[in-house]
Amino acid sequence: MMLTLTASDWLALLIHFLSLSLLAVGGAISTAPDMHRYLVDEQHWLGDVQFTSSVALAQAAPGPNVLFVALLGWNVGMNAGGGISAGASAWPYAALGVLLALIGILVPSTTLTFAAARWGHQNRELRAVRAFKQGMAPIVIALLIATGWILAVSYGNSVQNWPLWLLTAVTGLLIWRTRLHLLWLLAAGGLLGWLGWI
Amino acid sequence: MPESLPLKACVAAAERPRPASLTDLFWSFTWLALQGFGGVLAIVQRELVEKKQWLTREEFLEDWAVAQILPGPNVVNLSLMIGDRYFGWRGALVALAGMLTFPLVIVLVLAAVFTGISDAPGVQGALRGMGAVAAGLITATGLKLISALKTNVMGRVVCGALGVATFTAIALLHVPLAWVLLSVGGLACVWAYRQLGLSALQGTKT
Repeated sequence: MMLTLTASDWLALLIHFLSLSLLAVGGAISTAPDMHRYLVDEQHWLGDVQFTSSVALAQAAPGPNVLFVALLGWNVGMNAGGGISAGASAWPYAALGVLLALIGILVPSTTLTFAAARWGHQNRELRAVRAFKQGMAPIVIALLIATGWILAVSYGNSVQNWPLWLLTAVTGLLIWRTRLHLLWLLAAGGLLGWLGWI
Repeated sequence: MPESLPLKACVAAAERPRPASLTDLFWSFTWLALQGFGGVLAIVQRELVEKKQWLTREEFLEDWAVAQILPGPNVVNLSLMIGDRYFGWRGALVALAGMLTFPLVIVLVLAAVFTGISDAPGVQGALRGMGAVAAGLITATGLKLISALKTNVMGRVVCGALGVATFTAIALLHVPLAWVLLSVGGLACVWAYRQLGLSALQGTKT
């Protein structure tokens, strides 16, 4: 895929991510549908496959899932620099894409968090602040368990997937009851999957 | 109450382990991020609460609630808050850099390599296996944190009911997160506010 981006296009890319940053309650992934609408459908800066594989790859790779935004920027930049066939000459464009995407998605939300968290910490004896923290505690725990559940059923909840469920349950028990290092468990899961046992 | 809360907090803070330097902070968060396949949160709980003990379970829950409700990536928000607490704005920037720098390099390298091999059955299988492990990991993190609710001002029954309502709405009914936070979360905060008032009242009487 090849395209030409003008300076105002690059600016539009930055502004798009800046405008989504403060809407990303629950993580940047909750704004992914809007990114798809803008980057793929409206501007045609990215192909559908490039978009989907950026999200999937960032989920699978170590680190915060927000890095899918960096991959989107990378791919837009690669396309603007002449595509994969252009080789290293496209990398400066790709790097610019990463930079703009990350600045856009992170700067507004982190600035707000920084200010809000400071205020909350300085006023932590206030009844309203304590009520917020105490009240949210059970909800935050339930959200974690719900996230685990959603991840588990995303592989399908049909009967022939029982080995996956068993793996999830065994992992849960091991983490809960032992101090086994998490990387061993992830490696074991990857190996079992690679061998086609689950 | 045997002693006042601020005093207890002071004593605890003085004896508590903390990051030794900005460098320590950077590498701690880099190491956290690099272990976090499919989400970093479970690792943060294991490393910062259980191993390094920079935070108690209760503090972790409180910070996590704030990180969750504000816009932006949750673990990024959390690292920023923890960095800021120990070293001010420089700590916040360093924690953020630790969380993002090496994972960014890795994800870009993977993207370059992955375009060729993403369809191989072995790779697909490995991703499935790691996904199943990640699911168990996050669930267990939630189960472990339940013990932090023992001291919650709302009591066990109300906490349990709020938890069940949240789980049902998100996991089974797929209600958008913002709605759940506003409705169930709002209700919980109002109830906690009332209970805090009542317990303060009892505290002054006895």
